[in-house]
Amino acid sequence: MTDAALRPLPEGMERPGVARGLLSLVRDRYLLTLLVRKELRVRYQASVLGLAWSYVKPGAQFAVFYFVMGQFLNLSRSLPPYAIFLFSGIVVINLFSEILGNATRSVVGNGALVRKIFLPRQLFPLSSVLVALVHFLPQLVILVVGALISGWRPDLLGVVAGVLGIALTLVFALGLGLLFAAINVAYRDTENTVDLILMVAVWFSPVLYNIALVRDHFGADSWLTWLYQANPLTIAVELFHRAFWWNAAEPGIRDGALVDHVMTRGVIALAVSVVLLWVGDRVFTRMSRTFAQEL
Amino acid sequence: MGSATGREAIVVDALVKRFRFRHVHSLKETVARWVRGRSENVDEFTALKDVSLTIAEGETVALLGFNGSGKSTLLKCISGVLTPDEGQVGVRGRIAGLIEVGAGFHPDLTGRENVYLNGAILGMTEAEIEERFEAIVAFSEIEEFIDQEVKFYSSGMFLRLAFAVAVHTDPDVFLVDEILAVGDEPFQRKCLDRIRSLRAEGKTLVIVSHDLNMVADLCDRGILLEHGVVVMDDEPHAVVRRMRGEA
Ligand SMILES: Nc1ncnc2c1ncn2[C@@H]1O[C@H](COP(=O)(O)OP(=O)(O)O)[C@@H](O)[C@H]1O
Ligand SMILES: [Mg+2]
Repeated sequence: MTDAALRPLPEGMERPGVARGLLSLVRDRYLLTLLVRKELRVRYQASVLGLAWSYVKPGAQFAVFYFVMGQFLNLSRSLPPYAIFLFSGIVVINLFSEILGNATRSVVGNGALVRKIFLPRQLFPLSSVLVALVHFLPQLVILVVGALISGWRPDLLGVVAGVLGIALTLVFALGLGLLFAAINVAYRDTENTVDLILMVAVWFSPVLYNIALVRDHFGADSWLTWLYQANPLTIAVELFHRAFWWNAAEPGIRDGALVDHVMTRGVIALAVSVVLLWVGDRVFTRMSRTFAQEL
Repeated sequence: MGSATGREAIVVDALVKRFRFRHVHSLKETVARWVRGRSENVDEFTALKDVSLTIAEGETVALLGFNGSGKSTLLKCISGVLTPDEGQVGVRGRIAGLIEVGAGFHPDLTGRENVYLNGAILGMTEAEIEERFEAIVAFSEIEEFIDQEVKFYSSGMFLRLAFAVAVHTDPDVFLVDEILAVGDEPFQRKCLDRIRSLRAEGKTLVIVSHDLNMVADLCDRGILLEHGVVVMDDEPHAVVRRMRGEA
């Protein structure tokens, strides 16, 4: 018997457990906030520093990169204020990494629930996004304060670039996260693959160095340069450079330091990521029908 | 086996549910399978074979059968956790699967936080949970421990709280799987009373329990599953007698 041969159900009856898309989750806002609160409570259970850990980790990361790349390898001379350049990239990578890493594990991690109770399963990757945002906001505040101290003043295009950069990172990471979360139910190799991607992500986007280095090395017309610049994460990082670093840098230094047409590229990358999110949501919805039995 | 309203609460129509076993969850295994050109059919198991039944609103049905006969699988198909491979399931109204109490409980959260989280998981709104919070805590009889983390509860306390949340969700259809053996004697009696009052309110109940005498007395219809097939659908005491080989 195929779906086409199903008899219609009596008037007023519904099929239980029909998987719906991401947009249907507006109905489950309250449950979503409780899941996010649970996640944060559990993560900082019996921890003295609690949420402060979300400052300590990027802080240490920043210090290491600043001294190794900025001082030893002398990058801070070529990209002043280098601390701002570095940190604006790091916060984007951190946001992306936390969403993708946690979303990938979210369905398997909530296996006990998925196996026993029907819930819209998109709730789990989506709550990873919200938890990551909770960690991201204080970092953003530090970035803004640091930039102000370094002589940065906000400009309209910069604010637009910042908002676009955040939107792009969220959409791109959630799109990938939905895909990987669904595949991870059947193949646990996915988690390790994602860890690998996250490990190299910081090196394959212009966080520690600027994009001119890539252009000079491969040549401006090389397909490798094209590929590097096609990475939405590269664009998100550059949008953040435009937002928080560009206005603090000397004109002689900032000219040509970023990818060209950064705003246009940002809009294109966002459009591509929205399509990816749509595909990820469809794939996740389809595969979610067998989550309960495969876990 | 009638009910007052005559409308269906649950329709199961030619339902087939299969499980596939992929023993090793790794890419290597899968690639090896593809290379050898083996289909996965070898490891397929049909847990429900063409099950059809209709349960009317207000009916209390005992789902009977030995271990592995497919009772839990059928309840999970009705609650929506599992998706049918063939056929279909239809449900009228809100449904609560008390498949396993405490499924959404987290040991690191307090009793209070767990009540809210699980109420929401089982489909209650914030206002509904707030309104019933007192009743839930009173029912569970753990007032003084409600702000303690659940990991410090005894298993009895834990199950009582979980059950209390579940029975206060106020759905139209209750699916109860092996949870009436929760806690001590007095609490069991309380649970049973609660089930009876749900029944009196006209809720639809499908109950799985190892206590055959208890369910037979409680229910007005018995359905017997054997290896994923409905083999008997009758007055519950008669079904229990057949299970025991007395008829
Ligand atoms: N997720 C699953 N994957 C594979 N097999 C399963 C799964 N769930 C149940 N089964 C199998 O389906 C059969 C019916 O199980 P179940 O419905 O739990 O029986 P009951 O509740 O009547 O004891 C059993 O043989 C069991 O091993
Ligand atoms: Mg069972």
